[in-house]
Amino acid sequence: MFIESIGRTTNSFVKQFKDIFVLLSQTVYWCVVGPFRKKPVSRKNLFAQTVFSGLDSLIIVFFVNFFIGIVLAMQSAYQLEQMGASIYVAALVGVSITREIGPVLTSLVIAGRVGAAITAELSTMKVTEQIEALETISLNPVRYLVVPRFLALLMMLPCLVILGDIIGIFGGYIIGIYNLGLSSGLYIDTTIQFLTVKDINTGLLKSAVFSVIISMIACYQGLSTEGGAEGVGRSTTKSVVSSFILIIIADALLTAVFYFAKT
Amino acid sequence: MTAEPKKEVVISVKNLVKNFGPRRILNDISLDIYQGETLVVMGGSGCGKSTFLRHLIGAIRPDSGQVWMFGQDIAKASDEEMDEIRKKFGMLFQSGALFDSMTVAENIALSLREHAKLDENIINIIVKMKLELVGLRGFENLMPSQLSGGMKKRVGLARAIVMDPKIVFYDEPTAGLDPVMTGVIDKLTIDLTKKLQITSVVVTHDMNSVFRIADRIVMLHQGNIMQIGTPEEIKNSKNPHVRQFITGEAEGPISFVQQGDDYLEHLTAEIQE
Repeated sequence: MFIESIGRTTNSFVKQFKDIFVLLSQTVYWCVVGPFRKKPVSRKNLFAQTVFSGLDSLIIVFFVNFFIGIVLAMQSAYQLEQMGASIYVAALVGVSITREIGPVLTSLVIAGRVGAAITAELSTMKVTEQIEALETISLNPVRYLVVPRFLALLMMLPCLVILGDIIGIFGGYIIGIYNLGLSSGLYIDTTIQFLTVKDINTGLLKSAVFSVIISMIACYQGLSTEGGAEGVGRSTTKSVVSSFILIIIADALLTAVFYFAKT
Repeated sequence: MTAEPKKEVVISVKNLVKNFGPRRILNDISLDIYQGETLVVMGGSGCGKSTFLRHLIGAIRPDSGQVWMFGQDIAKASDEEMDEIRKKFGMLFQSGALFDSMTVAENIALSLREHAKLDENIINIIVKMKLELVGLRGFENLMPSQLSGGMKKRVGLARAIVMDPKIVFYDEPTAGLDPVMTGVIDKLTIDLTKKLQITSVVVTHDMNSVFRIADRIVMLHQGNIMQIGTPEEIKNSKNPHVRQFITGEAEGPISFVQQGDDYLEHLTAEIQE
């Protein structure tokens, strides 16, 4: 019985991975080939999704990153002060936010906000026959619904990450100036001195990968929903939980590739 | 049987078979649907009538058999071919299935905007004409959530006919509506068929509207065609299944108990020693 259930779970995992991969390839197909076959992405939808996933997420991304910057600065100052190395707070906050915390935390926030909204919307459309209605008027749901969400998130998440990075560093800066008594110029100089272009690039690349994870899982869970209101709830939970897990796993893999593999 | 005048066949279903897992939903169904007629598919819940309709719109592919529509077997059509075929028919869904992020006008105009390169003014005029046809003039800018169930169905109907289709499919168009609204929807169905020469395929189990709108009736039972005939023939049917269905008797050959023989075994199956 036990072994059987392991087998069944693994099977359904493999099937889901396959299905998500198929969805991703269809999405890329419509992004690349669609415009040449006179079936481009609906601009109106793309614009609406861009505003929703980008602009409307600004406040929450700002808040989370700002306070994480403050917390990071306070925690590291507590340790570094004992060695008389308070100035390295600037380096620590700058590097850890751009490399790691900015992209990951922002993506998690967006998975909770945008990913959940996408799944809830698409799954409601599925259970009320709206997806089928789209198909009967010859509109491909992947082209009409998935592609705008995918593209919007792919464009907006890196932008949000950049803004989040800046705000996070600013949070650290506030603590550095007003609490640790560092001079403003020195703090900024130290931050710039320790940051490399590679840190920012890897952060951006990570966020692009995370955006694909969020939009694909959210759309897949939405479109594969069955079973009324209960199904909508179940899909939304699954979407957020599996995005969270996959983002962390992908983060570990990417960090290993960029910073650890070439020893 | 009266001698039927020769009519053009628009949909031809041949030996359609569909299984869901071990259960056979449709068992070797063959049926011709003629140009300009209203064909009602009726039968109890779970008799396969919704599945049958989903085969006709190409949402489900059959396990075996053919569905010919506009000279093409849609069971084998590619996605592109299916898209072209779908532009020639409309579908009214059970709950209306309006896109709830769009206004009534945007719902109706969507397929025009996507498939027909028309001027925006012309689209607006067409939308207003279709809304007038279903008696909802002035409702253009409402959201679906602001409409009643009957209005949603009428908007759904306007959306189904916006591309001037040759065939319209109705999935339980009157389920959950009051008698007056049922009459309104029935009248719309008849009007569309007679005025625009549209072929209508209606899936329903509302006996009042069946006899109001049907030119021909197909009775399905457990995946088989019980009887095909005109409303008169169905009314005077000798078939006990059909008789029971139109009179709505609880007792008869259509039993609400699915399997009756192993009841004791079923009751005691989970008792452990």
